[in-house]
Amino acid sequence: MNAHPEIAADPLTLYDAALRSRLLLGTARYPSPAILAESIRASACEIVTVSLRREAGGGRAGESFWSLIRDLGVRVLPNTAGCRTAKEAVTTAQMARDVFETDWIKLEVIGEEDTLQPDVFGLVEAARALCDDGFKVFPYTTDDLVVAEKLLDAGCKVLMPWAAPIGSGRGVNNAFALRALRAHFPDVPLVVDAGLGAPSHAATVMEMGYDAVLLNTAVSRAGDPVAMARAFGLAVEAGRLACLAKPMTPRDMAEPSTPVIGRPFDGVG
Amino acid sequence: MRIQVNGRPREVEATTLEALLRELGFEDQKVGTALNQEFVRDRDREKIVLHEGDAVEIVTPRQGG
Repeated sequence: MNAHPEIAADPLTLYDAALRSRLLLGTARYPSPAILAESIRASACEIVTVSLRREAGGGRAGESFWSLIRDLGVRVLPNTAGCRTAKEAVTTAQMARDVFETDWIKLEVIGEEDTLQPDVFGLVEAARALCDDGFKVFPYTTDDLVVAEKLLDAGCKVLMPWAAPIGSGRGVNNAFALRALRAHFPDVPLVVDAGLGAPSHAATVMEMGYDAVLLNTAVSRAGDPVAMARAFGLAVEAGRLACLAKPMTPRDMAEPSTPVIGRPFDGVG
Repeated sequence: MRIQVNGRPREVEATTLEALLRELGFEDQKVGTALNQEFVRDRDREKIVLHEGDAVEIVTPRQGG
């Protein structure tokens, strides 16, 4: 995908990385490894999320997946998905650093099963422990402004608020809260993580001024994941460009776009 | 010795974490390990002695969102 010149001159900085793409893509639930690889290429993303899971003795599932991802030449952002306590999340992050050889971690501490809502208390506790241990933490959080403050105090340099519950595809549930976060932290990289279902949702949050989006299910469960990956890549770029271009202010009443002066028949009859 | 490996009870011969990985066929794979919920780094596995009832986690890369 050829970036617009404005976009090429507007890199995204997340911790120590300068990135051209503002789309982060998950690697789960694709129809096949080949479609996963092709979707990553089509999206032009530079960061993909990965996880750690138990391996049966003699199994090779992990090895073949890791080989596929390494061949794509993208950065990996390991997650702590499924962890329900700060302790579980910290131990999982430490194992991830050992296996993936990166100090980046997408920190998830899940507090409730139906919504997969973050346990924000455990999240802040784990974030503090991991930041103190040298991790570069990407916390998956709610849109709560006070929790965001606590995560920054803990040492996080990036925040990843949800738009809606993981895998729901609902789009932005609380635009007011996301706008408030953006306004309150103008200099903190903010990545909308979870709940986006359509490219228009991604464009919307980028137009709000969000720095990037992270999504998985909206691409992997689409009828054509490769085409949808490209659609999201384009939407994220369009949304960013629109944000930089400063959208017009909405009005309540109509205003003619065609000049009124010189209208034919004006004053006739 | 009876321990738990990835949540399942298992009778093993190994007395160290390093030896356990060999016994279970992980010797040539990149894995992450924890003992009783505490992380054990790659280079420390040789020194970690297993005891009856220990809980070992062995994880590898997988798809994630």
